[in-house]
Amino acid sequence: MKLLVAVKRVPDPEAKIRVKPDGNSIVTEQLKFVINPFDEIAVEEALRIKEKLGGEVVVLSIGPSEAAEQVRTALAMGADRGVLVKTDGAYADPGIIARALAEVAKQEGFDVLLMGKQAVDTDYGQTCGMLAQILGVPCASFAYKVEVEGESKRLVVVREVDGGLETKLIGMPCIVTADLRLNEPRYASLPGIMKAKKKEIRQISLEELGVEVTPKLRVESLEEPPKRQGGRKVGSVEELVRALHDEAKVI
Amino acid sequence: MAGILVVAENYEGRLRSATFHAVQAALSYAKVKGEPDVFALVLGTDASKLASELALYPLAEVFSLEQPEVAHYTAEVYSEAISQFLEARPFDTLIGASSTFAKDLFPRLAERLRGGMVNEVLEILAPDRFKRPMFAGSVIATVRLEGDLKLITIRPTAFDTPPKAQKEAKITPVGPFAISLPFTAEFVQFEEVKSERPKLTEAKRVISGGRGLKSAENFHSIIEPLADTLGAAIGASRAAVDSGFCPNDYQVGQTGKVVAPDLYVAVGISGAIQHMAGMKDSKVIVAVNKDEEAPIFEIADYGLVADLFKAVPEMIGELKKVKSA
Repeated sequence: MKLLVAVKRVPDPEAKIRVKPDGNSIVTEQLKFVINPFDEIAVEEALRIKEKLGGEVVVLSIGPSEAAEQVRTALAMGADRGVLVKTDGAYADPGIIARALAEVAKQEGFDVLLMGKQAVDTDYGQTCGMLAQILGVPCASFAYKVEVEGESKRLVVVREVDGGLETKLIGMPCIVTADLRLNEPRYASLPGIMKAKKKEIRQISLEELGVEVTPKLRVESLEEPPKRQGGRKVGSVEELVRALHDEAKVI
Repeated sequence: MAGILVVAENYEGRLRSATFHAVQAALSYAKVKGEPDVFALVLGTDASKLASELALYPLAEVFSLEQPEVAHYTAEVYSEAISQFLEARPFDTLIGASSTFAKDLFPRLAERLRGGMVNEVLEILAPDRFKRPMFAGSVIATVRLEGDLKLITIRPTAFDTPPKAQKEAKITPVGPFAISLPFTAEFVQFEEVKSERPKLTEAKRVISGGRGLKSAENFHSIIEPLADTLGAAIGASRAAVDSGFCPNDYQVGQTGKVVAPDLYVAVGISGAIQHMAGMKDSKVIVAVNKDEEAPIFEIADYGLVADLFKAVPEMIGELKKVKSA
């Protein structure tokens, strides 16, 4: 099995995000960066498939040079090698990212390409569907459970959809996006971290890939949302219920 | 020819309420763009029946597509069917509600049509400019979407529902289209999570539990009776889901569900950024937490610093008194 996993470098989702006074970007000083949590789940799933059926796990990332850190983390978890497409200086929207991923995926070839359902920085969640269409392959998003039928080259994917669970059958090559409950990602072990230092990360630039780089979607400005005004503390349950009834009139 | 088309969501033969919010967003978009009409398309089993329900709203025309291939949704088949429909009847703006349906379908469709996409729109500033959340709602971005063909998903809680129209819209059945896929992509089954309680994203009242409940047993014995007393849906923080107190589809937050009920009661929830992103647009927020420093109190309309194991049962008693009064 040839497994590709796309990972994105994002600010730690637990960190408080602040907008710079110019409204053009966020404050990145002292901000810790991690693998997008949903992508980390995708890495874990790829490793589990490989452990069961054999093959190779290749990690792809598109981002600044520093994203090599996140590729290295995935390698420390157990992936075999990495590819980093450097965007330094360029602005990439989901369409551009999808095109870049498609180019690398075509160069590498794959049976299953995994990624998270959305990145927790931009919260776009567009790349996967676009990528699937560019590559002309089926996709199962929001995966809760993945069963690989190695012989028939098919995947049975249970998806987390509004109102319940949907089961979808897709043929390889295909794309799967991970939702929260798919698995619990492993931590990189110390030997894993040591081994990862020797693993290959191929670095290329967006230009070298020959991808169209005119974005359709651009961020013009950022602002912090209006603060919701807190109300007051109530002294007792009785006071609370009375306030909800008489004042707020919601019960 | 230009035009604004709402892609309706057919959920097991019913229209999803989010679709009506998308209709309202499309009407706002039409106003901003200076276009008089909004159209809608509904696909799948009983599409013609659902079209007649949609026709009661201020739409110029509702298209319905019912053919065996679209009986069940897959992004692959639906993007093919919608593309073929658009070849016969072009539109330059497609609008849907941000649900797992549109999140799955729209990106594929956008690429199939060579259009651009913007998701989770909170506000329409201009035909090509929108406000949308980023970083779990910690940031609101103003974005520009270029190109002739635009696909837009809106956050349902950010738009109202539309008024009924005075005159019913025209209904036009379309298709069938010749749909074949060069690969396997099949719907197998859908297992609905059945609940007597209202749906989390549609409920007027939501009771959510957090890590403060300490166990799954407590989550059931404390949160459920309170939800029953108020006829409320049940939600949870990610911490409660991660600790195994309740299933993931209870999760309220940026990576879970975004809700905006009339009343949101947070029980034993400290108020992580990602949780607050999913509920801070609720009309009235109540927080019950024993830690008076908990961030949730900063946004709560009514905060009660108390031991939830005592306060919640007491609250049920008080609520029953109010009800019977």
